[in-house]
Amino acid sequence: MPACEPSPVQTGDVLLSIENLHAHVEGNEILRGVSLRIRAGEIHALMGRNGSGKSTLSKVIAGHPAYTVTAGAIHYRGQDLLALSPEDRARAGVFLGFQYPVEIPGVSNLEFLRVSCNARRQHRGQEELDTFAFEDHVRDTMAIVQMNPAFLERSVNEGFSGGEKKRNEILQMALLEPLVAILDETDSGLDIDALRIVANGVKTLTLPTTATLLITHYQRLLDAITPDFVHVMAEGRILRTGDKDLAMALEQRGYDWIDGADTPQP
Amino acid sequence: MSSAAAVEALNTTPYRYGFVTDIETEKIAKGLDESVVRLISAKKQEPDFLLQFRLKAYAQWQLMEEPDWAALKYPAIDYQDIVYYSAPRQKEQKASLEDVDPALLETFDKLGIPLSEQKRLSNVAVDAVFDSVSIATTYKQKLAEHGVVFCSMGEAVKDYPELVERYLGSVVPIGDNFFAALNSAVFSDGSFVYVPKEVQCPMELSTYFRINSDDAGQFERTLIVAEEGSSVSYLEGCTAPMFDTNQLHAAVVELVALDDASIKYSTVQNWYAGDENGKGGIYNFVTKRGLCKGRRSRISWTQVETGSAITWKYPGCVLRGQDSIGEFYSVALTNHYQQADTGTKMVHVGPGSRSTIISKGISSGHSVNSYRGLVNIGPQARGARNFSQCDSMLIGDQAAANTHPYIQSRQPEATVEHEASTCHISEDQLFYLQSRGIESEAAVSMLVSGFCRDVFNQLPMEFAAEADKLLALKLEGSVG
Ligand SMILES: Nc1ncnc2c1ncn2[C@@H]1O[C@H](COP(=O)(O)OP(=O)(O)OP(=O)(O)O)[C@@H](O)[C@H]1O
Ligand SMILES: [Mg+2]
Repeated sequence: MPACEPSPVQTGDVLLSIENLHAHVEGNEILRGVSLRIRAGEIHALMGRNGSGKSTLSKVIAGHPAYTVTAGAIHYRGQDLLALSPEDRARAGVFLGFQYPVEIPGVSNLEFLRVSCNARRQHRGQEELDTFAFEDHVRDTMAIVQMNPAFLERSVNEGFSGGEKKRNEILQMALLEPLVAILDETDSGLDIDALRIVANGVKTLTLPTTATLLITHYQRLLDAITPDFVHVMAEGRILRTGDKDLAMALEQRGYDWIDGADTPQP
Repeated sequence: MSSAAAVEALNTTPYRYGFVTDIETEKIAKGLDESVVRLISAKKQEPDFLLQFRLKAYAQWQLMEEPDWAALKYPAIDYQDIVYYSAPRQKEQKASLEDVDPALLETFDKLGIPLSEQKRLSNVAVDAVFDSVSIATTYKQKLAEHGVVFCSMGEAVKDYPELVERYLGSVVPIGDNFFAALNSAVFSDGSFVYVPKEVQCPMELSTYFRINSDDAGQFERTLIVAEEGSSVSYLEGCTAPMFDTNQLHAAVVELVALDDASIKYSTVQNWYAGDENGKGGIYNFVTKRGLCKGRRSRISWTQVETGSAITWKYPGCVLRGQDSIGEFYSVALTNHYQQADTGTKMVHVGPGSRSTIISKGISSGHSVNSYRGLVNIGPQARGARNFSQCDSMLIGDQAAANTHPYIQSRQPEATVEHEASTCHISEDQLFYLQSRGIESEAAVSMLVSGFCRDVFNQLPMEFAAEADKLLALKLEGSVG
């Protein structure tokens, strides 16, 4: 593991490259040959029916130990991502915003965010922030998602509403400044104002040198953040890739016409 | 790293206090009989009442059987193979710290308990006990200005014999149990605290117990008396060198709280726990009890138990005073082949008495961690209330957790609530932390201290962070 970041990213560099990825959990094959290439400066949307494997893909990228990769490869900035521990992937700049963030009773959100932020900073060769410096930093950062500092005093996600948990995820993204951010249904469960705030937050955090993979079921988010590519996943594969119009077509017509369960309409 | 790998890492815990101090000691020969009891008493130049106390205890002990009801397995202890008195050789009268052997001061320095004027902890008075004797007590003068007595038991016997005679054995009777009887016969030193009426003790009091010798048992005796309307917070810490043999530690602690008095007693126990194969470590058989004698009196036990090969310990409260309050907050962490059988006894005698029990057990490695608690509500305890919560966390699949709550109530107008849970350390929580760049071992200790938060919050502020660090240390393994 390198002690600090390799050479800076240029727009257009391939950040994440997934080739023919197969993965199973408890004996069930869930991913059956996913291929995807994401470059710096791109925003990708990943859509697909419930159970098609979107969250599984995101967790395999992040390194969840319950999933076993049986074939294929993932490269992150040319490096074998699957060889890294989950913490090293995060330190190197891969971020997953969870569909269902877990609650961690008794662990202070502030302390958690500080340790996490410092782990990433250390990897980038930046000095670690002490309690006081971090508190200033996190308060500034919270403004991006318009989150009340009172959430720092609570345990990680404990008793947070669905929308509050999602904002806490975006706060973590803002603190970790990832190069590749995968946001798994961050828009689900957000009220109208919160959706706008989160979408603006994500836009602020998206740079020409970073890439974002948005997993979503709704056009609403994609109206706010225009994707360069839209992928449709079905039964553990990417079935179709298009541009933002594909998402719009899905919104109007559903998935049936695409996965062949129904005759395509003219 | 998966949680299985994190568990693997747990199994290589370093123990930082395992050194031995090379110092000339005065030891008596191994073995126990009446002459040894008399010898200990004579060495300490004790008054006759104390010699009689010891002899009576010894006589009772001989008739008693070692208890076997706890979920503990260990080879029979040979009570004739133990040294019952071991003291570092030093000048008889330690008028000041200058007279204390520098090697001893250095030992406590290394343990993070500096005793000298310049370096001592601010706002914490410390009594340092090395094997059988007290080495030094800091801040005595400042405490005396408030009328608070804080000294070694040996000094108390000389300077406050009437208080000692009145209260010693008044909470834990001589024949209470096998280990208490043994302690009553051979106890060496320990701490004595007396807080007069209406005095709020101005600083934390703390005793630090150090076992140094590989064949001496440690049998300390602590007595704390809080007069009406007074309050005191007391903390004990303990460490021992790493030997591949076992050492016996059989302490007795007695607390007495009169009307409106409050005693907070906290323990951070980090005796040597044995190695990863279960070799060596302290056998810790301790009797701790508080008597809430007065109305509205309050006794609170907080313990963080991380060391010892064997822990047998049930700090309890006898709630005799009307509306008195007893509390027990416990974290017990076991790893490798450690065995802990620990919990509390809340005996409700007075009407309106209340008790709270919060116990958090964490077992990893091949360890066995049992909670054993008794809530007894007597016929006079109208309106008594108890709430108990016992949570266990398992790390890995080789460790065991047991819960044995005993509830006895002879009072229909009492409320007893008991909640219990057992969980495995959650893979999803662990993954969540790791996916934020937090290393697996740090993530495990973060989850464990989160699990213990309710108990840590009860510790005096100065020590809460220390307890957190201690857990992290116990859970730390080799990186890579
Ligand atoms: N531990 C498991 N054992 C068996 N099947 C599993 C397990 N975990 C996930 N699956 C299955 O894998 C499939 C893919 O799940 P995944 O969560 O990736 O779907 P998704 O595309 O994110 O769906 P959604 O849109 O509902 O979030 C589902 O059918 C799910 O039931
Ligand atoms: Mg999903």
